[in-house]
Amino acid sequence: MIETQGLTKQYGQSTVVDHLSLSVAEGELLVLLGASGSGKTTTLKMVNRLIEPTSGRVLIDGEDAGTLDPHELRRKIGYVFQRIGLFPHMTVGENVAVTLTLLGWDSTRAAARVAELLELVELDASFAHRQPSELSGGQQQRIGVARALAASPRLMLLDEPFGALDPLTRDRLQQSFLRIRRQLKLTAIFVTHDMVEALVIGDRIGVMHDGRLVQIGTPAELLQFPADDYVRQLMNTPKRQAALVDGFLEARAK
Amino acid sequence: MSEQLALLPAYLTAHLQLTLFALLAGSAFSIPAGIVIARARRLERPVLAVASVIQTIPSLALLAIMVPALAALGMRSIGFLPAFIGLTLYSVLPILRNTVTGLSGLDPAMIEAARGVGMTRNQQLWRVEIPLAMPVILAGLRTSTVWTVGIATLSTPVGATSLGNYIFAGLQTRNLNAVLVGCIASAVLALVLDGLVRALGGALLSRRRAPLIAVLASLAMLYAYSGVTFVRGLRGASADRVVVGAKTFTEQYILSDIMAGRIGAATGASVEVVSSLGSTVAFDALLSGEIDVYVEYSGTIWATIMKRASAGVDRAGVLEEVGRFLADEHGVELVGGLGFENAYALAMTRRQAESLRVGRISDLVPHAPRLSIGGDYEFFDRAEWASVRDSYGLAFAEKRTMDPSLMYQAVASNQIDVISAFSTDGRIVALDLVVIEDDRRAIPPYDAVILVGPRLRRERPDVVAALKTLTGTIGADQMRRMNLAVDQDGATPAAVAQEFLRSRPISER
Ligand SMILES: Nc1ncnc2c1ncn2[C@@H]1O[C@H](COP(=O)(O)OP(=O)(O)OP(=O)(O)O)[C@@H](O)[C@H]1O
Ligand SMILES: [Mg+2]
Repeated sequence: MIETQGLTKQYGQSTVVDHLSLSVAEGELLVLLGASGSGKTTTLKMVNRLIEPTSGRVLIDGEDAGTLDPHELRRKIGYVFQRIGLFPHMTVGENVAVTLTLLGWDSTRAAARVAELLELVELDASFAHRQPSELSGGQQQRIGVARALAASPRLMLLDEPFGALDPLTRDRLQQSFLRIRRQLKLTAIFVTHDMVEALVIGDRIGVMHDGRLVQIGTPAELLQFPADDYVRQLMNTPKRQAALVDGFLEARAK
Repeated sequence: MSEQLALLPAYLTAHLQLTLFALLAGSAFSIPAGIVIARARRLERPVLAVASVIQTIPSLALLAIMVPALAALGMRSIGFLPAFIGLTLYSVLPILRNTVTGLSGLDPAMIEAARGVGMTRNQQLWRVEIPLAMPVILAGLRTSTVWTVGIATLSTPVGATSLGNYIFAGLQTRNLNAVLVGCIASAVLALVLDGLVRALGGALLSRRRAPLIAVLASLAMLYAYSGVTFVRGLRGASADRVVVGAKTFTEQYILSDIMAGRIGAATGASVEVVSSLGSTVAFDALLSGEIDVYVEYSGTIWATIMKRASAGVDRAGVLEEVGRFLADEHGVELVGGLGFENAYALAMTRRQAESLRVGRISDLVPHAPRLSIGGDYEFFDRAEWASVRDSYGLAFAEKRTMDPSLMYQAVASNQIDVISAFSTDGRIVALDLVVIEDDRRAIPPYDAVILVGPRLRRERPDVVAALKTLTGTIGADQMRRMNLAVDQDGATPAAVAQEFLRSRPISER
């Protein structure tokens, strides 16, 4: 459903995304995993043209995204920002409905959709009338997801949506997201630098390093056949951390 | 006090008109301009620089500059228009600057989110950028509002009525009540308008409908009131109304009231007095027809308009030449002299004049090196001083520029020996000063003369005839006493004028 061909972004001399080619099948969830600064956000933004690529192209259902109207393209793709980006001058309900207003929905229909979406992200309908500043971080993230889902997009781009949350809340939100994804049969690219999250959520994982896609495959493939040392180390981090915890517990037990 | 308060509705309404219209025009320019600049950042520096330069021009000067500027363009150069334009220019900077900083200081994440959900450039602007920058823009509007209300009091010298009429006339005639009423009224107006803008911001932020409607309705009512009264004022300015002008000092206030009273009584014409005109504004206003009549001084025309040398001319000759010049060059009629001169003169205390045996300036010359002289703000820069100094060879030990009111006190308490005085100043009598005779006629004569503009001269011979009844009726002594009644005894110019007219009914002639 979505394919990038030789996608490249340069800022002056530095190449932040380097000939990146990948494809995501209908209904698939691809995780982009990589260290800070590896070019994940830049890649994601080139898909919905928040950033124009220096070279290469993005195909959506076989159509070159560069030839589509960028505003309409973005309205059809749900985007959850790394920094959430709820509008502080709008209520939660207005934030969720913002794309719907752009698409010309009337207010009763939009309000019904907002109620539906709040239920989907497991928030009470009364949240619609609150201000974003009155929500906790986890609640704001749920609203960010609800806003991205408002216009029933077939494609979702999520940029570290649960990055800044405590482990328990993150775990709950991951579960909610997996349920929503199955329910709506979403196609999605999900950016994270958290190995465990990648394993839990992804159908496939693409590992980025210094702007290049170093390996792409299912979690099992990556764990079994890492393409290079970097991927191996990365894949080992959960095990290493688990071993550390085990060692600590054993030491306490003695 | 009550007669001051009776003027309040007219002054306040005029002040409100100026302020509200200027703020509307200022915002209508600044907010869109700010939006454009925030997008085309290249424009930011030059535009803000121009706006800042305008702001550094002293406000009184900015308003005064409008008069010749408009005249050069052939537009109405005194009254509402110059004040309105000056105030509008002044209101621009705070709104413009805050619009630009409000918009360009937005969190980039907000702009990105707006783009990310699929907003077009315009939707971004109206749905995200402007609402988020609104508190900053409104803060600029509040600053402008308070400034404009305050600076509008300086519209008086360019011929626009405002609460400044209280302040200018009050300061000149030492009527503290008037000054107080003017200051309090403009402070209250500033607070009220500022409160309204703040309430508007609060209502926009809270996004509740009821307060927003209330604020907008109050603003709409204020604008409707100003608009309606303004239009009515324009209509009321009918052709047969006679407008009497006055410069900014006591004598002029009294004389304009005397002329207005005499015209009204003799012809039944409706008369309006436009007071506190800047000194050079008055003659321009007469030529452009914005005032019909005012009192000028022959020497002023002689020296500043005809640019003739000041020394060695005689009173009747100057009067005659000035009259001919005005009629030929400008179509202005010099109706006649009122009967006194108000010239620059040197004055000293009677005691000192007697002990030094000084009656004429020539007598002063040998004492001058041991004496000090004080002059008002312009005296030492004027042609009259150069002429006096050079024709007598005066060399004072010390020369000091002072505020006129302090200057009189200083000479009375012997802190200074000689001062530059106006010969009809009431304080000459009150402080027992003597005017030293200009025996070599170094200073040109300053006969107070009634000037009538071209329109009135053509269309209302009856009014000109009524004014003629005033010629030769006021002597220098009487003028001094009338000035003193206002300056020292606290009478209003209107009351003094009435008293004068009662004592000299037209039938006497
Ligand atoms: N506008 C820009 N101009 C120059 N360099 C940029 C610009 N935007 C991003 N970069 C650089 O591109 C690189 C990739 O940035 P990107 O935001 O895609 O990283 P990321 O993988 O999302 O990192 P993180 O996990 O910290 O969010 C970084 O080194 C960043 O400094
Ligand atoms: Mg990122």
